Amino acid sequence: MSMPAFMGYRRENGRVGIRNHVVILPLDDLSNAACEAVANNIKGTIALPHAYGRLQFGEDLDLFFRTLIGTGSNPNVAAVVVIGIEPEWTNVVVEGIAGTGKPVAGFSIERNGDLKTIEMASRKAKEYVHWATGLQRVQCTVDELYVSVKCGESDTTSGLASNPTVGRAVERLVDSGATVSFGETSEITGGEDIVKAHAATPEVGEAFYKIWSEYNEFILSQGVDLAGSQPTKGNIAGGLTTIEEKALGNLQKIGRCKFVGVLKPAEAPKGKGLWFMDTSSAAAEAVTLWAASGAVVHFFPTGQGNIIGNPIIPVIKLTANPLTAATMSEHIDVDVSGILRREMNLDQAADALMEMLFRTCNGRFTASEVLGHREFVMTKLYRSA
Amino acid sequence: MTRFIVHDKADSVGVAVTDIKAGETVEGWVMSDDSTISVVAKSDIPLGHKIALVDMEAGSRVIKYNVPIGKVVASIARGEHVHIHNLKTARW
Repeated sequence: MSMPAFMGYRRENGRVGIRNHVVILPLDDLSNAACEAVANNIKGTIALPHAYGRLQFGEDLDLFFRTLIGTGSNPNVAAVVVIGIEPEWTNVVVEGIAGTGKPVAGFSIERNGDLKTIEMASRKAKEYVHWATGLQRVQCTVDELYVSVKCGESDTTSGLASNPTVGRAVERLVDSGATVSFGETSEITGGEDIVKAHAATPEVGEAFYKIWSEYNEFILSQGVDLAGSQPTKGNIAGGLTTIEEKALGNLQKIGRCKFVGVLKPAEAPKGKGLWFMDTSSAAAEAVTLWAASGAVVHFFPTGQGNIIGNPIIPVIKLTANPLTAATMSEHIDVDVSGILRREMNLDQAADALMEMLFRTCNGRFTASEVLGHREFVMTKLYRSA
Repeated sequence: MTRFIVHDKADSVGVAVTDIKAGETVEGWVMSDDSTISVVAKSDIPLGHKIALVDMEAGSRVIKYNVPIGKVVASIARGEHVHIHNLKTARW
């Protein structure tokens, strides 16, 4: 069987993207206004305002730079204009993105002011848009894709049908040589032994367990016991009985795949196959981390109807909840509620999801893109200095 | 009509996709091999809750997704509601 193909953008470093953004990236909160002004001046660009970038230090600063550099380096991004208050940290981001070989330029506001900076950055952004819009899509194959998966606003229908649908699709992607990542460190509490057993080697299992244990110790140090509060009263009312059962419903998203390694937040996978990333379970934070690690598209199964999107990677939403499919249809790309009525089986549901994946890769906008969901949310490890 | 869904043929419970009343004979769909099974409900099973597919002794494990999801703390008969009154986490 020939490898499924789609038309994507092959970047200077060989990585494949499915969107062609020109990003106006603020180094820090102070530079959001200038970035938004540039994006307003120059059509075909997108600004990514965020709340941080000042007086961060240590591991938190490392994650901040990894997230910004990773976002600019994502293969869905053709070119980047970085604007920061001062030149030094601005240049750290510019140099990091330049490693991919894509066009990137930095501007700093000190000694220029907003207006002069906006003019210079706008002229550069205009040049990048002319260049980027001249790029042609080329034939790419499924093994060049990096897909992330995470669910949200889950309910009984998630564990029953939409998560297993993603699991089937993930099995097919991994079998085809694609790269896939899952995470949600907190949601795995209760199923940590099961996740460990899904590791490809004992060493990888131990590496996962170390990350989970450190997280759990942090939670306990804050006077909270996730294990004791799971499943929640709402989960129990819905029919979930044990913490193992809840974690297993979540884990259906990886099907029968084994994960080959563990990643720090926003860290790029070092090879193909399935990877665990240490992420929050909050949708926008987690998808932002995966986009920064290089994922170009995301599968998001939802029960009650989470509406999350991301500015640079399309989020494909599926639901098996017939009420959500009916009352929130504008947010749903793939309706798999037929599974509950036995109108489709998991393979047929996975067929529908894979078809939507390839249509999305070829350029079709997802519901979240059409509706303008551009949630770009940094993960902050601790307070700034 | 499918009244409950079973993930794996090795599972000892299915999940109701409609409300089920005690005394009803209900048909379930086993997803893993696309087979159909039938059970007489011995309790009311609300939508989203679990129905026992086999008799289970206290101390045994309940299997869902082909994996143990906890231990039986009060014996369960085929067709009964499986929830917090007869199933507990095996972790503590």
